[in-house]
Amino acid sequence: MLTSGVILLSGGLLSPNPGLIFWTAVTFVIVLLILKKLAWGPIISALEEREKGIQSAIDRAHNAKDEAEAILRKNRDVLAKADAEAERIVREGKEFGDKLRAEMTEKAHEEAKKMITAAKEEIEQEKRRALDVLRNEVADLAVMGAEKIIKANLDADMQKKIVDSMIQDLSSKRN
Amino acid sequence: MKPVIVKQAQAFLKVLALAVPLLMNTGVSVSASPAEAGAVAHDTAAAVVAETAGEHAGAAAEGAGAGHGDKPGDVIMHHILDSNVFAFEPFGEVELPRIVVGGFDISVTKHVVMLWVVSAILLVIFSLVAARYKNLTNRQAPKGLANAMEALVDFIRLDVAKANIGPGYEKYLPYLLTVFFFVLLCNLLGLVPYGATATGNINVTLTLATFTFFITQVAALKAHGIKGYLAHLTGGTHPALWIIMIPIEFIGLFTKPVALTIRLFANMTAGHIVILSLIFISFILKSYIVAVVMSVPFSIFIYLLELFVAFLQAFIFTMLSALFIGLASAHEGHDGHDSEVAAH
Repeated sequence: MLTSGVILLSGGLLSPNPGLIFWTAVTFVIVLLILKKLAWGPIISALEEREKGIQSAIDRAHNAKDEAEAILRKNRDVLAKADAEAERIVREGKEFGDKLRAEMTEKAHEEAKKMITAAKEEIEQEKRRALDVLRNEVADLAVMGAEKIIKANLDADMQKKIVDSMIQDLSSKRN
Repeated sequence: MKPVIVKQAQAFLKVLALAVPLLMNTGVSVSASPAEAGAVAHDTAAAVVAETAGEHAGAAAEGAGAGHGDKPGDVIMHHILDSNVFAFEPFGEVELPRIVVGGFDISVTKHVVMLWVVSAILLVIFSLVAARYKNLTNRQAPKGLANAMEALVDFIRLDVAKANIGPGYEKYLPYLLTVFFFVLLCNLLGLVPYGATATGNINVTLTLATFTFFITQVAALKAHGIKGYLAHLTGGTHPALWIIMIPIEFIGLFTKPVALTIRLFANMTAGHIVILSLIFISFILKSYIVAVVMSVPFSIFIYLLELFVAFLQAFIFTMLSALFIGLASAHEGHDGHDSEVAAH
């Protein structure tokens, strides 16, 4: 084992080798240039592009989420408003209906009353007319009866005397 | 229940497959020991006999390596150090070309080959992944290989680069990604049979750290301008102290890359030395029991630890590079720099 130490110290391990340095430099530079052109460019640009793509996708997702939240909030507001509106409309409708019903009932009552009074009046009138007609009829009948009775009892001499007396009266009065 | 038993049996077989060749190796060593003893006593010619005996038995890499070297230490160093031979024992070896240009030895060594293998694998994997990404629309998720790589790339991008450098990290991203995958694959290929750890060579780590150093300095210059850069070297102290501060700050510039260099190199080398040393304990003691009780389980444990360390060190190298760049560029003058840019 001592020999290995001797070789190490004598420079076997640490001896400079210009040829190897030259070849390392040349090889490395050529590999660097080729890989730079061939591989690193496309790979890194692809990576960067993908990174940007992912970032923009995340941004878009965030924006979409914000937008969706805003829309949801708006929808909720609209819904709440619509609910209130609907409630209001129903309430108003109910009130209106109630009012209308009350009004209609009242009107109907009034109408009915009016109609009843009108009917009553008409009935009264009809009654009166009927009574009038009846009275006329009765009068006619009575006159006719009286006529018959009178006709049956009438005497031409008597009448002549009455008319003569009347004419005498008239002539006396003129004088 | 049945699949579980089958799995356990498979796991047991796997362990057996690992352990049996090692046990056979120790047997070979034991049987070869009289010959070796003779070799030490007589001449080096007998060592050749031992060597052929070792190879004749069809020993695994370690056993054959033991045949080549005289001492376990040499074998270990042989496995860790760079060489001009790519060995595929026991199938033979490939002699790598030696190139000398203008007095500089720029031979293609074992570690250079490993660097190229790493580069080839990286290019294949990432061209496949990039092709997958080109067909991918924004709404599709990546699958399979692309997904696995994306996890790592995204980790480096966000948790390493962006977290440490801050705004403007995109400029340094290609370097950080490349250095991460390069170091990671170098580390991992060192754990593959016949592979070698290029990042276990101080020259490789030094070069990589030098890149980080230059990038850091350029980032500092860009962020603060030459005046701010030089002012930073004085540490913001009284001019009377500059004679002390400037050398300290100047040395401080270099400690960071040196720390990077040595951290990666030492980590990768140490793990391999530990694994090989644990295996060699049974060879040195020539004992089956030591092999079964200690060498095999412990080297498996260290191997698993090495797997973890491979990822950890690649991460740390990248992380510290990002941190140094971040420290250099984002300072008190950063806001002023921003407004300056805005003024332009």
